[in-house]
Amino acid sequence: MPVTENWKPKIVAFCCNWCSYAGADLAGSSRLAYPADVKIIKVPCSCRVNPMFILRAFEKGADGVILCGCHPGDCHYSTGNYYARRRMTLLFSMLDYLGVEEGRTRVEWVSAAEGVKFSETMNSFVEKVRALGPNVRLGDLRCKN
Amino acid sequence: MQELINKAKTLLESGEVARVLGWKKGEYEYDPEPAFFETSESLKDFVYNGFCGANLSKYMIEAGKKEGKTLVFLKPCDSYSYNQLLREHRVDREKAYIVGVGCKGKLAVSKIPFEGILNISGAEYPDAAETLTVETLYGTETIAYKDAMLERCHVCKGKEHVVYDELIGESADTVDADRFAEVERIEAMSPEEKFAFFQSELSKCIRCNACRNVCPACSCRKCVFDSTAFDSEQKANTTSFEEKMFHIIRAFHVAGRCTDCGECSRVCPQGIPLHLFNRKFIKDINALYGEYQAGSDLESKAPLTNFTTEDAEPGVGRG
Repeated sequence: MPVTENWKPKIVAFCCNWCSYAGADLAGSSRLAYPADVKIIKVPCSCRVNPMFILRAFEKGADGVILCGCHPGDCHYSTGNYYARRRMTLLFSMLDYLGVEEGRTRVEWVSAAEGVKFSETMNSFVEKVRALGPNVRLGDLRCKN
Repeated sequence: MQELINKAKTLLESGEVARVLGWKKGEYEYDPEPAFFETSESLKDFVYNGFCGANLSKYMIEAGKKEGKTLVFLKPCDSYSYNQLLREHRVDREKAYIVGVGCKGKLAVSKIPFEGILNISGAEYPDAAETLTVETLYGTETIAYKDAMLERCHVCKGKEHVVYDELIGESADTVDADRFAEVERIEAMSPEEKFAFFQSELSKCIRCNACRNVCPACSCRKCVFDSTAFDSEQKANTTSFEEKMFHIIRAFHVAGRCTDCGECSRVCPQGIPLHLFNRKFIKDINALYGEYQAGSDLESKAPLTNFTTEDAEPGVGRG
Protein backbone atom coordinates (compact mmCIF):
# COMPACT_ATOMS: atom_id res chain seq x y z
CA MET A 1 0.00 0.00 0.00
CA PRO A 2 1.55 3.33 -0.97
CA VAL A 3 1.87 5.78 1.86
CA THR A 4 -0.04 8.87 0.91
CA GLU A 5 -0.31 12.23 2.56
CA ASN A 6 -3.60 11.40 4.28
CA TRP A 7 -2.80 7.79 5.16
CA LYS A 8 -4.21 6.95 8.54
CA PRO A 9 -2.94 4.08 10.64
CA LYS A 10 -5.38 1.50 12.00
CA ILE A 11 -4.82 1.02 15.69
CA VAL A 12 -6.42 -1.68 17.80
CA ALA A 13 -6.57 -1.03 21.52
CA PHE A 14 -7.51 -3.89 23.82
CA CYS A 15 -8.89 -2.29 26.97
CA CYS A 16 -9.84 -4.10 30.13
CA ASN A 17 -13.40 -3.63 31.27
CA TRP A 18 -12.58 -2.42 34.77
CA CYS A 19 -9.83 0.18 34.38
CA SER A 20 -8.77 1.14 30.90
CA TYR A 21 -12.19 1.05 29.28
CA ALA A 22 -13.48 3.27 32.04
CA GLY A 23 -10.38 5.42 31.53
CA ALA A 24 -11.27 5.77 27.85
CA ASP A 25 -14.79 6.66 28.89
CA LEU A 26 -13.48 9.33 31.20
CA ALA A 27 -11.27 10.71 28.43
CA GLY A 28 -14.41 10.97 26.32
CA SER A 29 -16.60 12.58 28.93
CA SER A 30 -13.78 14.99 29.86
CA ARG A 31 -13.67 15.96 26.15
CA LEU A 32 -10.03 14.99 25.84
CA ALA A 33 -9.16 14.32 22.20
CA TYR A 34 -7.55 11.13 20.96
CA PRO A 35 -7.31 10.03 17.33
CA ALA A 36 -10.32 8.35 15.77
CA ASP A 37 -7.90 5.79 14.28
CA VAL A 38 -7.94 3.96 17.59
CA LYS A 39 -10.51 1.16 17.64
CA ILE A 40 -11.19 -0.02 21.16
CA ILE A 41 -12.00 -3.64 21.89
CA LYS A 42 -13.30 -4.24 25.38
CA VAL A 43 -12.01 -7.36 27.12
CA PRO A 44 -12.95 -8.61 30.58
CA CYS A 45 -9.33 -8.46 31.75
CA SER A 46 -5.98 -7.78 30.12
CA CYS A 47 -5.10 -11.43 30.58
CA ARG A 48 -8.04 -12.37 28.38
CA VAL A 49 -5.85 -11.25 25.50
CA ASN A 50 -4.38 -14.34 24.00
CA PRO A 51 -1.17 -13.60 22.03
CA MET A 52 -3.11 -14.82 19.02
CA PHE A 53 -5.50 -11.85 19.37
CA ILE A 54 -2.58 -9.51 18.79
CA LEU A 55 -1.38 -11.47 15.79
CA ARG A 56 -4.91 -11.71 14.46
CA ALA A 57 -5.35 -7.95 14.74
CA PHE A 58 -2.20 -7.44 12.67
CA GLU A 59 -3.34 -10.01 10.16
CA LYS A 60 -6.67 -8.23 9.76
CA GLY A 61 -4.88 -5.05 8.83
CA ALA A 62 -3.97 -3.29 12.05
CA ASP A 63 -0.83 -1.17 11.90
CA GLY A 64 -0.35 -1.05 15.64
CA VAL A 65 -1.78 -2.90 18.62
CA ILE A 66 -1.87 -1.60 22.17
CA LEU A 67 -3.01 -3.42 25.27
CA CYS A 68 -4.31 -1.43 28.23
CA GLY A 69 -5.07 -2.90 31.61
CA CYS A 70 -5.29 -2.05 35.28
CA HIS A 71 -2.06 -1.08 37.01
CA PRO A 72 -0.14 -4.08 38.38
CA GLY A 73 -1.62 -4.77 41.79
CA ASP A 74 -4.98 -3.21 40.91
CA CYS A 75 -6.42 -6.00 38.77
CA HIS A 76 -10.14 -6.55 39.36
CA TYR A 77 -9.39 -10.27 39.39
CA SER A 78 -6.32 -9.73 41.62
CA THR A 79 -3.62 -11.22 39.41
CA GLY A 80 -4.77 -11.22 35.77
CA ASN A 81 -2.54 -8.43 34.58
CA TYR A 82 0.56 -10.09 36.04
CA TYR A 83 0.05 -13.04 33.73
CA ALA A 84 -0.69 -10.71 30.82
CA ARG A 85 2.52 -8.85 31.57
CA ARG A 86 4.68 -11.96 31.26
CA ARG A 87 2.91 -13.11 28.13
CA MET A 88 3.19 -9.77 26.36
CA THR A 89 6.81 -9.32 27.38
CA LEU A 90 7.66 -12.58 25.67
CA LEU A 91 5.46 -11.96 22.64
CA PHE A 92 6.81 -8.48 21.99
CA SER A 93 10.33 -9.72 22.42
CA MET A 94 9.60 -12.38 19.81
CA LEU A 95 8.14 -9.83 17.40
CA ASP A 96 11.28 -7.70 17.80
CA TYR A 97 13.33 -10.81 17.12
CA LEU A 98 11.45 -11.39 13.87
CA GLY A 99 12.18 -7.87 12.73
CA VAL A 100 8.67 -6.45 13.17
CA GLU A 101 9.19 -2.78 14.04
CA GLU A 102 9.04 -2.42 17.81
CA GLY A 103 6.90 0.73 17.83
CA ARG A 104 3.87 -1.23 16.66
CA THR A 105 3.20 -2.98 19.95
CA ARG A 106 2.77 -1.52 23.37
CA VAL A 107 1.35 -2.25 26.79
CA GLU A 108 0.17 0.57 29.00
CA TRP A 109 -1.45 0.45 32.42
CA VAL A 110 -4.34 2.94 32.58
CA SER A 111 -6.65 3.22 35.56
CA ALA A 112 -10.28 4.33 35.49
CA ALA A 113 -9.26 7.74 36.81
CA GLU A 114 -6.57 8.33 34.19
CA GLY A 115 -8.52 9.84 31.29
CA VAL A 116 -5.65 12.20 30.59
CA LYS A 117 -3.11 9.39 30.50
CA PHE A 118 -5.35 7.44 28.13
CA SER A 119 -5.63 10.28 25.68
CA GLU A 120 -1.91 11.08 25.85
CA THR A 121 -0.93 7.44 25.40
CA MET A 122 -3.16 7.06 22.35
CA ASN A 123 -1.89 10.30 20.80
CA SER A 124 1.74 9.33 21.19
CA PHE A 125 1.17 5.75 20.05
CA VAL A 126 -0.72 6.81 16.92
CA GLU A 127 2.03 9.31 16.13
CA LYS A 128 4.65 6.61 16.38
CA VAL A 129 2.76 4.16 14.19
CA ARG A 130 2.01 6.88 11.65
CA ALA A 131 5.74 7.50 11.38
CA LEU A 132 6.38 3.78 10.81
CA GLY A 133 3.84 3.57 7.98
CA PRO A 134 1.64 0.60 7.06
CA ASN A 135 2.41 -2.74 8.62
CA VAL A 136 3.50 -5.15 5.92
CA ARG A 137 6.18 -7.25 7.57
CA LEU A 138 4.17 -9.54 9.78
CA GLY A 139 1.94 -10.58 6.91
CA ASP A 140 4.89 -10.98 4.60
CA LEU A 141 7.01 -13.11 6.90
CA ARG A 142 6.41 -16.15 4.75
CA CYS A 143 6.19 -14.31 1.43
CA LYS A 144 2.50 -15.02 1.29
CA ASN A 145 1.39 -11.58 0.24
CA MET B 1 22.76 -52.69 21.35
CA GLN B 2 22.62 -56.41 22.11
CA GLU B 3 22.21 -55.54 25.78
CA LEU B 4 19.08 -53.52 24.95
CA ILE B 5 17.61 -56.33 22.87
CA ASN B 6 18.30 -58.86 25.63
CA LYS B 7 16.62 -56.63 28.18
CA ALA B 8 13.60 -56.18 25.92
CA LYS B 9 13.39 -59.93 25.27
CA THR B 10 13.52 -60.79 28.97
CA LEU B 11 10.81 -58.32 29.89
CA LEU B 12 8.57 -59.28 26.96
CA GLU B 13 8.88 -62.99 27.67
CA SER B 14 8.28 -62.62 31.38
CA GLY B 15 5.13 -60.67 30.55
CA GLU B 16 6.18 -57.68 32.60
CA VAL B 17 5.73 -55.46 29.58
CA ALA B 18 3.23 -55.90 26.77
CA ARG B 19 5.25 -54.07 24.14
CA VAL B 20 8.56 -52.42 23.48
CA LEU B 21 8.95 -48.97 22.05
CA GLY B 22 12.24 -48.57 20.26
CA TRP B 23 13.78 -47.96 16.85
CA LYS B 24 13.42 -50.21 13.83
CA LYS B 25 15.87 -50.71 10.98
CA GLY B 26 15.07 -48.59 8.00
CA GLU B 27 16.00 -49.14 4.40
CA TYR B 28 19.46 -47.73 5.01
CA GLU B 29 21.81 -47.50 7.95
CA TYR B 30 20.84 -43.88 8.43
CA ASP B 31 17.05 -43.99 8.53
CA PRO B 32 15.85 -46.00 11.53
CA GLU B 33 12.33 -45.14 12.63
CA PRO B 34 10.38 -45.39 15.90
CA ALA B 35 8.47 -48.65 16.22
CA PHE B 36 6.51 -50.82 18.63
CA PHE B 37 7.63 -54.42 19.05
CA GLU B 38 5.07 -56.80 20.50
CA THR B 39 6.87 -60.16 20.22
CA SER B 40 10.43 -61.15 20.96
CA GLU B 41 10.80 -62.43 17.35
CA SER B 42 10.05 -59.00 15.96
CA LEU B 43 12.98 -57.61 17.95
CA LYS B 44 15.33 -58.84 15.22
CA ASP B 45 14.60 -55.53 13.48
CA PHE B 46 15.45 -53.52 16.59
CA VAL B 47 18.31 -51.10 16.14
CA TYR B 48 20.08 -48.50 18.24
CA ASN B 49 22.84 -46.50 16.62
CA GLY B 50 24.00 -42.95 16.01
CA PHE B 51 21.06 -42.25 13.73
CA CYS B 52 18.38 -43.03 16.35
CA GLY B 53 17.76 -39.36 17.01
CA ALA B 54 13.99 -39.75 17.26
CA ASN B 55 12.58 -38.80 20.65
CA LEU B 56 10.23 -41.60 21.70
CA SER B 57 8.56 -39.85 24.62
CA LYS B 58 5.59 -38.53 22.62
CA TYR B 59 4.66 -42.07 21.51
CA MET B 60 4.11 -42.88 25.17
CA ILE B 61 0.86 -40.90 25.07
CA GLU B 62 -0.59 -43.44 22.64
CA ALA B 63 1.09 -46.35 24.40
CA GLY B 64 -0.52 -45.28 27.67
CA LYS B 65 -3.97 -45.86 26.19
CA LYS B 66 -3.22 -49.51 25.51
CA GLU B 67 -3.40 -52.47 27.88
CA GLY B 68 -0.31 -53.27 29.91
CA LYS B 69 3.06 -51.71 30.39
CA THR B 70 5.32 -50.41 27.67
CA LEU B 71 9.09 -50.65 27.75
CA VAL B 72 10.54 -47.47 26.34
CA PHE B 73 14.12 -46.49 25.58
CA LEU B 74 14.90 -42.87 26.37
CA LYS B 75 18.09 -40.96 25.74
CA PRO B 76 19.06 -38.36 28.36
CA CYS B 77 17.46 -35.46 26.47
CA ASP B 78 14.32 -37.51 25.71
CA SER B 79 13.83 -38.07 29.43
CA TYR B 80 13.26 -34.32 29.86
CA SER B 81 10.41 -34.49 27.35
CA TYR B 82 8.95 -37.49 29.14
CA ASN B 83 9.15 -35.68 32.46
CA GLN B 84 7.41 -32.66 30.97
CA LEU B 85 4.60 -34.88 29.63
CA LEU B 86 4.38 -36.49 33.04
CA ARG B 87 3.88 -33.18 34.75
CA GLU B 88 1.22 -32.23 32.21
CA HIS B 89 -0.54 -35.53 33.01
CA ARG B 90 -0.29 -36.67 29.41
CA VAL B 91 1.45 -39.95 30.20
CA ASP B 92 0.99 -42.53 32.93
CA ARG B 93 4.22 -43.36 34.76
CA GLU B 94 2.68 -46.60 36.04
CA LYS B 95 2.34 -47.89 32.50
CA ALA B 96 5.92 -47.25 31.49
CA TYR B 97 9.10 -49.18 32.10
CA ILE B 98 11.81 -46.70 31.24
CA VAL B 99 15.25 -47.82 30.24
CA GLY B 100 17.62 -44.88 30.05
CA VAL B 101 20.00 -45.55 27.20
CA GLY B 102 23.40 -43.99 26.78
CA CYS B 103 23.96 -41.52 24.00
CA LYS B 104 27.15 -40.40 22.32
CA GLY B 105 25.62 -37.68 20.20
CA LYS B 106 23.18 -38.35 17.38
CA LEU B 107 23.85 -37.89 13.71
CA ALA B 108 22.01 -36.07 10.96
CA VAL B 109 22.26 -37.56 7.51
CA SER B 110 21.62 -34.09 6.13
CA LYS B 111 24.96 -32.99 7.56
CA ILE B 112 26.84 -35.58 5.55
CA PRO B 113 27.70 -33.67 2.40
CA PHE B 114 28.20 -36.56 -0.03
CA GLU B 115 26.03 -37.53 -2.99
CA GLY B 116 24.67 -41.03 -3.50
CA ILE B 117 25.12 -42.44 0.00
CA LEU B 118 24.89 -46.23 0.01
CA ASN B 119 26.05 -47.15 3.46
CA ILE B 120 27.52 -45.49 6.53
CA SER B 121 29.65 -47.27 9.08
CA GLY B 122 31.08 -46.07 12.33
CA ALA B 123 27.75 -45.00 13.85
CA GLU B 124 27.32 -48.15 15.95
CA TYR B 125 26.50 -47.88 19.61
CA PRO B 126 28.35 -48.09 21.96
CA ASP B 127 31.46 -48.45 19.79
CA ALA B 128 31.04 -45.32 17.69
CA ALA B 129 34.11 -44.41 15.67
CA GLU B 130 35.76 -41.00 15.64
CA THR B 131 35.23 -40.84 11.89
CA LEU B 132 32.34 -42.13 9.88
CA THR B 133 33.09 -44.05 6.73
CA VAL B 134 30.57 -43.24 4.04
CA GLU B 135 30.25 -45.53 1.06
CA THR B 136 28.82 -43.66 -1.88
CA LEU B 137 28.12 -44.42 -5.52
CA TYR B 138 31.29 -42.54 -6.36
CA GLY B 139 33.69 -44.04 -3.85
CA THR B 140 34.37 -44.05 -0.12
CA GLU B 141 34.48 -40.83 1.85
CA THR B 142 35.08 -40.03 5.51
CA ILE B 143 33.71 -37.38 7.85
CA ALA B 144 34.36 -36.72 11.55
CA TYR B 145 31.56 -38.01 13.81
CA LYS B 146 31.33 -34.59 15.46
CA ASP B 147 30.83 -32.80 12.14
CA ALA B 148 27.83 -34.94 11.29
CA MET B 149 26.12 -34.47 14.65
CA LEU B 150 22.69 -32.88 15.03
CA GLU B 151 22.74 -29.24 16.04
CA ARG B 152 21.11 -30.08 19.38
CA CYS B 153 23.94 -32.43 20.35
CA HIS B 154 26.47 -29.61 20.13
CA VAL B 155 24.53 -27.93 22.96
CA CYS B 156 23.63 -31.16 24.81
CA LYS B 157 21.68 -30.83 28.06
CA GLY B 158 23.86 -33.39 29.78
CA LYS B 159 24.47 -37.06 30.33
CA GLU B 160 22.01 -37.53 33.19
CA HIS B 161 18.56 -39.03 32.75
CA VAL B 162 15.92 -37.19 34.78
CA VAL B 163 13.53 -40.14 34.87
CA TYR B 164 14.23 -43.88 34.50
CA ASP B 165 13.72 -47.31 35.98
CA GLU B 166 17.04 -48.66 34.82
CA LEU B 167 20.09 -47.34 33.02
CA ILE B 168 21.97 -49.17 30.28
CA GLY B 169 25.07 -47.81 28.62
CA GLU B 170 27.33 -44.82 28.92
CA SER B 171 26.81 -41.34 27.54
CA ALA B 172 29.45 -39.03 26.17
CA ASP B 173 29.94 -35.31 26.60
CA THR B 174 29.29 -33.66 23.24
CA VAL B 175 28.89 -30.00 24.14
CA ASP B 176 31.14 -27.78 22.08
CA ALA B 177 29.02 -24.73 21.34
CA ASP B 178 27.13 -21.99 23.15
CA ARG B 179 23.42 -22.73 23.22
CA PHE B 180 22.34 -19.13 22.63
CA ALA B 181 25.11 -18.00 20.30
CA GLU B 182 22.91 -18.09 17.20
CA VAL B 183 20.02 -16.34 18.98
CA GLU B 184 22.39 -13.60 20.10
CA ARG B 185 23.74 -13.22 16.60
CA ILE B 186 20.23 -12.58 15.29
CA GLU B 187 19.34 -10.26 18.17
CA ALA B 188 22.30 -8.08 17.26
CA MET B 189 20.99 -7.56 13.71
CA SER B 190 19.01 -4.54 12.60
CA PRO B 191 15.23 -5.04 12.23
CA GLU B 192 15.68 -5.13 8.44
CA GLU B 193 18.30 -7.87 8.63
CA LYS B 194 16.26 -9.87 11.14
CA PHE B 195 13.24 -9.70 8.93
CA ALA B 196 15.23 -10.66 5.84
CA PHE B 197 16.72 -13.63 7.69
CA PHE B 198 13.41 -14.98 8.95
CA GLN B 199 11.61 -14.31 5.71
CA SER B 200 14.19 -16.29 3.78
CA GLU B 201 13.96 -19.17 6.27
CA LEU B 202 10.21 -19.24 6.78
CA SER B 203 9.28 -18.87 3.14
CA LYS B 204 10.75 -22.34 2.66
CA CYS B 205 8.03 -23.80 4.89
CA ILE B 206 5.64 -26.13 3.08
CA ARG B 207 3.30 -26.49 6.08
CA CYS B 208 3.76 -30.23 6.26
CA ASN B 209 3.15 -30.00 10.02
CA ALA B 210 6.04 -32.35 10.73
CA CYS B 211 7.36 -30.04 13.44
CA ARG B 212 4.00 -30.02 15.17
CA ASN B 213 3.51 -33.75 14.85
CA VAL B 214 6.88 -34.65 16.28
CA CYS B 215 6.95 -32.06 19.08
CA PRO B 216 6.46 -33.66 22.52
CA ALA B 217 5.12 -30.35 23.85
CA CYS B 218 2.53 -30.20 21.02
CA SER B 219 0.32 -32.88 22.43
CA CYS B 220 -3.09 -31.20 22.61
CA ARG B 221 -5.93 -33.51 21.73
CA LYS B 222 -7.31 -30.82 19.52
CA CYS B 223 -4.98 -28.44 17.74
CA VAL B 224 -5.84 -24.98 16.45
CA PHE B 225 -4.13 -25.89 13.21
CA ASP B 226 -6.39 -28.85 12.59
CA SER B 227 -9.12 -27.92 10.19
CA THR B 228 -12.65 -29.14 10.80
CA ALA B 229 -13.18 -29.40 7.05
CA PHE B 230 -13.78 -32.81 5.56
CA ASP B 231 -11.19 -34.99 3.84
CA SER B 232 -8.99 -33.31 1.26
CA GLU B 233 -10.32 -29.90 2.16
CA GLN B 234 -8.50 -30.34 5.45
CA LYS B 235 -5.24 -30.06 3.62
CA ALA B 236 -6.14 -26.78 1.97
CA ASN B 237 -4.93 -23.71 3.75
CA THR B 238 -8.20 -22.61 5.20
CA THR B 239 -7.11 -19.29 6.55
CA SER B 240 -4.24 -17.08 5.59
CA PHE B 241 -3.90 -16.28 9.28
CA GLU B 242 -2.65 -19.67 10.27
CA GLU B 243 -0.49 -19.75 7.17
CA LYS B 244 1.32 -16.57 8.09
CA MET B 245 1.51 -16.92 11.83
CA PHE B 246 1.96 -20.69 12.18
CA HIS B 247 5.51 -20.56 13.49
CA ILE B 248 4.97 -17.71 15.94
CA ILE B 249 1.82 -19.27 17.37
CA ARG B 250 3.40 -22.69 17.68
CA ALA B 251 6.51 -21.31 19.33
CA PHE B 252 4.43 -19.31 21.79
CA HIS B 253 2.24 -22.26 22.59
CA VAL B 254 5.21 -24.32 23.68
CA ALA B 255 7.00 -21.42 25.39
CA GLY B 256 7.88 -22.41 28.93
CA ARG B 257 7.12 -26.04 28.16
CA CYS B 258 9.63 -26.65 25.39
CA THR B 259 12.55 -28.70 26.67
CA ASP B 260 14.65 -27.71 23.65
CA CYS B 261 14.84 -31.30 22.43
CA GLY B 262 15.44 -30.06 18.91
CA GLU B 263 13.09 -32.51 17.21
CA CYS B 264 11.38 -29.73 15.21
CA SER B 265 14.61 -28.83 13.44
CA ARG B 266 15.60 -32.45 13.00
CA VAL B 267 12.44 -33.43 11.14
CA CYS B 268 11.95 -30.29 9.06
CA PRO B 269 12.20 -31.43 5.45
CA GLN B 270 13.13 -27.92 4.41
CA GLY B 271 15.88 -27.54 6.99
CA ILE B 272 14.38 -24.50 8.71
CA PRO B 273 16.18 -23.85 12.03
CA LEU B 274 12.94 -23.92 14.00
CA HIS B 275 14.74 -24.30 17.32
CA LEU B 276 15.74 -20.64 17.02
CA PHE B 277 12.18 -19.62 17.94
CA ASN B 278 12.01 -21.86 20.98
CA ARG B 279 15.47 -20.91 22.10
CA LYS B 280 14.63 -17.22 21.92
CA PHE B 281 11.77 -17.81 24.37
CA ILE B 282 13.99 -19.94 26.60
CA LYS B 283 16.66 -17.24 26.58
CA ASP B 284 14.13 -14.53 27.48
CA ILE B 285 12.58 -16.66 30.23
CA ASN B 286 16.01 -17.40 31.71
CA ALA B 287 16.98 -13.75 31.63
CA LEU B 288 13.71 -12.29 32.94
CA TYR B 289 12.21 -14.92 35.20
CA GLY B 290 15.19 -16.97 36.34
CA GLU B 291 16.88 -20.04 34.90
CA TYR B 292 14.30 -22.60 33.91
CA GLN B 293 14.66 -25.95 32.20
CA ALA B 294 11.34 -27.50 31.28
CA GLY B 295 11.09 -31.14 32.24
CA SER B 296 13.94 -31.11 34.72
CA ASP B 297 11.59 -31.67 37.65
CA LEU B 298 7.93 -32.19 38.42
CA GLU B 299 7.40 -29.50 41.06
CA SER B 300 8.64 -26.07 40.00
CA LYS B 301 6.07 -23.70 38.51
CA ALA B 302 6.23 -23.08 34.78
CA PRO B 303 7.22 -19.47 34.00
CA LEU B 304 4.05 -18.61 32.11
CA THR B 305 1.72 -19.91 34.81
CA ASN B 306 3.54 -17.94 37.45
CA PHE B 307 4.41 -14.31 38.16
CA THR B 308 6.07 -11.99 40.61
CA THR B 309 5.00 -8.44 41.36
CA GLU B 310 8.42 -7.18 40.22
CA ASP B 311 8.38 -8.65 36.71
CA ALA B 312 9.83 -6.59 33.87
CA GLU B 313 7.42 -4.41 31.91
CA PRO B 314 6.70 -5.45 28.31
CA GLY B 315 8.97 -3.70 25.87
CA VAL B 316 11.17 -2.11 28.53
CA GLY B 317 14.44 -1.07 26.99
CA ARG B 318 12.95 -0.60 23.52
CA GLY B 319 13.19 2.62 21.57
